[in-house]
Amino acid sequence: MNRKIETESDVVIFPKKTMDIVKRGLARRYRSERRFKFLGLSAIAASLVFLFLLFASIIGNGYTAFWQTFIRLDIDFDPQVLTEDNLSRANYSGLVKGSLHTLFPGVSGRQDRRAMEGLISKGAAFELRKMVMNDPELIGTTRSIWLTADDDVDMVVKGHIDRSVPEIARRISDLQLSWIDTLSDQGRIRKQFNTAFFTNGDSREPELAGIRGALVGSFYTLIVTLLLSFPIGVASAVYLEEFAPKNRLTDIIEVNINNLAAVPSIVFGLLGLAVFLNFAGLPRSAPLVGGLVLTLMTLPTIIISGRAALKSVPPSIREGALGIGASKTQMVMHHVLPLALPGMLTGTIIGMAQALGETAPLLMIGMVAFIVDVPGGFTDPSTVLPVQIFLWADSPERAFVERTSAAIIVLLGFLIVMNATAVFLRKRFERRW
Amino acid sequence: MFKKVAIVAAGVILFSSAQMASAQSARDYISIVGSSTVYPFATVVAEQFGKTTQYKTPKIESTGTGGGFKLFCTGVGVEHPDITNASRRIKSTELEQCQANGVKEVVELKIGYDGIVFANSKKAEPLNISRKDIFLALAKDVPDPNGGENTVPNPYKTWKDVNGSLPDKKIEVLGPPPTSGTRDAFVEMVMEEGGNSFDWIKALSKSDSSKYKGICHTVREDGAYIEAGENDNLIVQKLDANPDAFGIFGFSFLDQNTDKIQGALIDGVEPTFDAIADGSYPVSRSLYCYAKKAHVDVIPGMKEYLDEFASEAAWGPDGYLVEKGMIPMPDAEREKFGADVKDLKILESVE
Repeated sequence: MNRKIETESDVVIFPKKTMDIVKRGLARRYRSERRFKFLGLSAIAASLVFLFLLFASIIGNGYTAFWQTFIRLDIDFDPQVLTEDNLSRANYSGLVKGSLHTLFPGVSGRQDRRAMEGLISKGAAFELRKMVMNDPELIGTTRSIWLTADDDVDMVVKGHIDRSVPEIARRISDLQLSWIDTLSDQGRIRKQFNTAFFTNGDSREPELAGIRGALVGSFYTLIVTLLLSFPIGVASAVYLEEFAPKNRLTDIIEVNINNLAAVPSIVFGLLGLAVFLNFAGLPRSAPLVGGLVLTLMTLPTIIISGRAALKSVPPSIREGALGIGASKTQMVMHHVLPLALPGMLTGTIIGMAQALGETAPLLMIGMVAFIVDVPGGFTDPSTVLPVQIFLWADSPERAFVERTSAAIIVLLGFLIVMNATAVFLRKRFERRW
Repeated sequence: MFKKVAIVAAGVILFSSAQMASAQSARDYISIVGSSTVYPFATVVAEQFGKTTQYKTPKIESTGTGGGFKLFCTGVGVEHPDITNASRRIKSTELEQCQANGVKEVVELKIGYDGIVFANSKKAEPLNISRKDIFLALAKDVPDPNGGENTVPNPYKTWKDVNGSLPDKKIEVLGPPPTSGTRDAFVEMVMEEGGNSFDWIKALSKSDSSKYKGICHTVREDGAYIEAGENDNLIVQKLDANPDAFGIFGFSFLDQNTDKIQGALIDGVEPTFDAIADGSYPVSRSLYCYAKKAHVDVIPGMKEYLDEFASEAAWGPDGYLVEKGMIPMPDAEREKFGADVKDLKILESVE
């Protein structure tokens, strides 16, 4: 509200009444500024609280998965069982069972014997087989070997199974608990770092399950995505920004690219199923097809961020290049593109981080499957890390709950590293014009 | 110039896709699809098979029973799956579709039983309920409480409204969505049986089957029945948090979480391993596995995988599948199906 100041001179004097009005309003203005600041800070605080809760719950559930319980048994590598001609098919589980019987003589009855043999993981027999195949000198000796314990024993030792609950409501019987206590008193139980988690492929036995297959599959898929989406995305961005004529067709292309960025990811999976699997006949569940589908998904991100990077290069660079005699192509390729590359790189890394966490499009092309063998190439069936997490989250065994959280920790770790790299690169190489 | 580049590029793409197609024809692993209920059991057999033989571990996808049949019946060839798992028998329409698409020789293998339990948290009292009461509590339209042969929208809000001897708690059931085979089995074994306890509804099954299906297969949508998705671990967690709610899922999840949840007694029978095995627990269904005979000689290891599944070490009462929560078949059935799969007996028709 403009109040006409009535004065005789050129100097503007505010009458006392105005100052009073201003002073009264000042307090309200300060209050509303403080309120606004408070709202902003509390929004940040709320999101930090949620972030903290997310990390706390995942890390709280998952950190125990990085340790695995092992039981020390004295294995007698009986040369009568391990004959020269049948080393790979010999009865290694018999060796394990024999050692357990020596430790706990007097266990009779089918149920009790099975309960005792169930203390050791089924994978222990395969661990022994690997040891003997690598070093046949072991045959005929007796050694103390640390073998992987069964997942129920692992859960008891870690405290995830409540011992105070009545026996009928537990997976571990009182008898098994007494054996575990005896073994613990004899110093035969210890927790070691769970290397199997990083070296094994998927398994139905939680103590043998690992993320190696998923990590290698993710790696191959992301390589394919990067090799395809980066050149195509950068080339499209350069064309659209520098060379495309400003007509209707270019507008339609731009609108479509912007829309593609918002399409739900499962639609790309359906497209992949129809074109890559049914029409082109590519192998199902291969990282090659997964990479192709994810390329389609990340292209809009790379194109849009690439165009923004190119737009940010000032006209003076372009005009300077043209001024000293460079052709248009030379100007774009030698002058503009190198300067815009850091921004494009940032967009690519963010696009890759998004692609790393995708599950829905891979569902339709068959990558949501139980695959034990670690993939060896681009056409072997494989799965990716988020899919592995999804499959483990569905399994009933108690030990998979902690492994699911541990796999989430690994995935989050990768994503944080990738996004941090993007931020670092941006800070280091981007030029502020 | 541009045209030349385009032609060369198109040629390269077509050539490489032809190469890829031939890479597919050399598929050396078994491809399995199908039921999410059989998935935990099939994966154990596959892993054991991969570890103990020189063949590659089969790849198993959990597509659901219906989705598995669709993929299976698309045709014969390396780009189609070799085996499909199912938590119900194949329907005659599905078998006809298979025949029509060239999948003429289908081998059927029944692998065991699975129970469906109606569970609640151990913090609450165990429930003893009849199938008739479950039907009245969960159906969308129930017989008129005042008598007569018509249906009204379900008016019952608490279990006590349905049957005076049941607790006075709000009806809240977490169950599988319509895409799930578990839901199909639950509807068939519990809801239909509950509906059949009313004579006029039972008569409808012969005279007007679509009306019968409408009454017995439709579950209420007013919030008492909550579709909790396929993730049974999530249902167990929700039951733990809400002691008044009930959940519907397979026996293996009850088996793995006996410290947190308990199964309700249905028609007076408790859901234990023995009760499901001898058939006294009424809500149990058969699990199946279907294979294409035409693929047996093309894909290495297929016969050996089926033999591993049908071996005593796997599906017998002392086998490793029992530890995962599957209920084994009686001796006579195991022998019959074991012999059938050894001969790769073809499934002629389904009644």
